[in-house]
Amino acid sequence: MTGLAALLALLKGDAQADRVVPPSGFTARLTLFTAAAMAFLAVFALALSLAAGRLADNWSEALARSSTIRISAPAAQMDAQAAAVLEVLRTTPGVAEARMLSSDEQAALLEPWLGPGLPTDTLPVPRLIEVIETSDGYSSDGLRLRLSAEAPGAVLDDHTRWRKPLVEAAGRLRLLGWLSLILIFGVMGAMITLAAQAALAANAQVITVLRLVGARDAYIAGAFMRRFTRRAGVGAMIGTGAGMVAIAFLPASTSDSVLTGIGFQGAGWITPFLIPLLGAAVALFATRSAAFRSLRNLS
Amino acid sequence: MIELESVGYSYGRSTPLLSDLTVKLARGSFHFLTGPSGAGKTTFLKLCYLELTPTSGRVRIFGHSGSDLGRDHVALSRQKIGVVHQDCRFLDHLSLAENIALPLTVSNRPVPQNDLSDLMAWVGLTQQAGQRPPELSGGERQRAALARAVMTGPDVLLADEPTGNVDWEMSLRLLHLMVELNRMGKTVLIATHDMALIRASRQYVQARVLRLQGGRLTLAGADL
Ligand SMILES: Nc1ncnc2c1ncn2[C@@H]1O[C@H](COP(=O)(O)OP(=O)(O)OP(=O)(O)O)[C@@H](O)[C@H]1O
Ligand SMILES: [Mg+2]
Repeated sequence: MTGLAALLALLKGDAQADRVVPPSGFTARLTLFTAAAMAFLAVFALALSLAAGRLADNWSEALARSSTIRISAPAAQMDAQAAAVLEVLRTTPGVAEARMLSSDEQAALLEPWLGPGLPTDTLPVPRLIEVIETSDGYSSDGLRLRLSAEAPGAVLDDHTRWRKPLVEAAGRLRLLGWLSLILIFGVMGAMITLAAQAALAANAQVITVLRLVGARDAYIAGAFMRRFTRRAGVGAMIGTGAGMVAIAFLPASTSDSVLTGIGFQGAGWITPFLIPLLGAAVALFATRSAAFRSLRNLS
Repeated sequence: MIELESVGYSYGRSTPLLSDLTVKLARGSFHFLTGPSGAGKTTFLKLCYLELTPTSGRVRIFGHSGSDLGRDHVALSRQKIGVVHQDCRFLDHLSLAENIALPLTVSNRPVPQNDLSDLMAWVGLTQQAGQRPPELSGGERQRAALARAVMTGPDVLLADEPTGNVDWEMSLRLLHLMVELNRMGKTVLIATHDMALIRASRQYVQARVLRLQGGRLTLAGADL
């Protein structure tokens, strides 16, 4: 049987076997509450990880083509300065590629502001050179200094480069999100272990009777495991549902920011459904090890 | 079925409670165990179903040494032994019928509902089937304990004072049940103070009477 099939069989349960263990009030509520709360948190950690990942991907793509050099010079000097700029860029470490935009491309860029059919040839439009940097990047100050010496009309516009530390932060945030998920499930496992141990200790008399009539450890442990797995699964479903509703109602925005970007997109909406499954699996293993340990000590 | 070889047992006091007991409960045999209160009859039975481990000597059960059996094997052995405990231990959150069926439930065997109600009728507990054990009288609990012990049709029945709290007529009914079980080839051991019961049994079954006194086991004579 696969792990999932075993889990589903457990969730379906064996009504008769479950009844041999009396329902225990506070451990049941503790498990349900812990699983719900942890699943709720897990939804946010997951959303944060996914959003941070998306942001890091988008921004690093934008980063690659982040700077341009604008040359404004009298028409007579334009070609000479452009050639000088390209030469400077060719010998600047950290620049992967430099390319002058054709007049058609420039016309396309200006069209939204100045309308179609713009005679770029006759207008004194500045030339634009697109700079694509390597992953190490170049030094803005050094490049500016050299440009001012070689081509006085050239202006380096690298305003999008400020995103570089943000990309790193987004990457780190994604990592922290995953780490939080691990911690959340770890805490959930620990709490359920405690609850299971309390339930086993409270039922020492019941366990003694079950043993006297020939119940094996696996049978007794199974009854507890089903109880806790089912409760944790139900709790995690409630918590996940609440978390998803909360995220669905976060104010939406189209801008790329960590805060407004938190949420699930497209197929990402499926991932939170893994949380109850994972929660149930965590409860299963936590209860299982607690039960076998307690049963060994109770003999 | 169950053999004790030079078994001694002590609850930690200086003088051992039981010493050097050697006895063999052969398949299909019928034994009574008597002795004054506090002589160690209950202790003797606990040794037989492996709730206690002897401080000396060896208990063999279904051919295996008890001390060599892991917990799973102890459990499997107990599935073949029906025990009536002197203090009738039940699960208080289950109904009486569920308690009587418990040995079948925990070994994942189906519960034959007809047999269950027949058995409950025989021990006079039909009315009480749905009640919880704490709501029952001492005698009712004792009858239920016997019903639970025989529910699986065990190879061995160990009964500790099974008739201690019931009237004479019911005592005979319960004795009858145990005799019938013995006629099916099962091994029976009954610990009891009730000499009248032992005497009454003689017309149905050939029983040996073990007497426990001063930590020793003797075979009582035919004078009973
Ligand atoms: N768990 C225990 N710890 C210490 N001493 C015990 C324990 N159980 C029984 N004893 C002692 O062992 C002795 C024998 O007890 P046991 O219950 O075997 O007697 P019994 O023959 O069954 O008596 P009765 O006829 O009254 O049921 C008693 O003196 C009792 O005090
Ligand atoms: Mg006794």
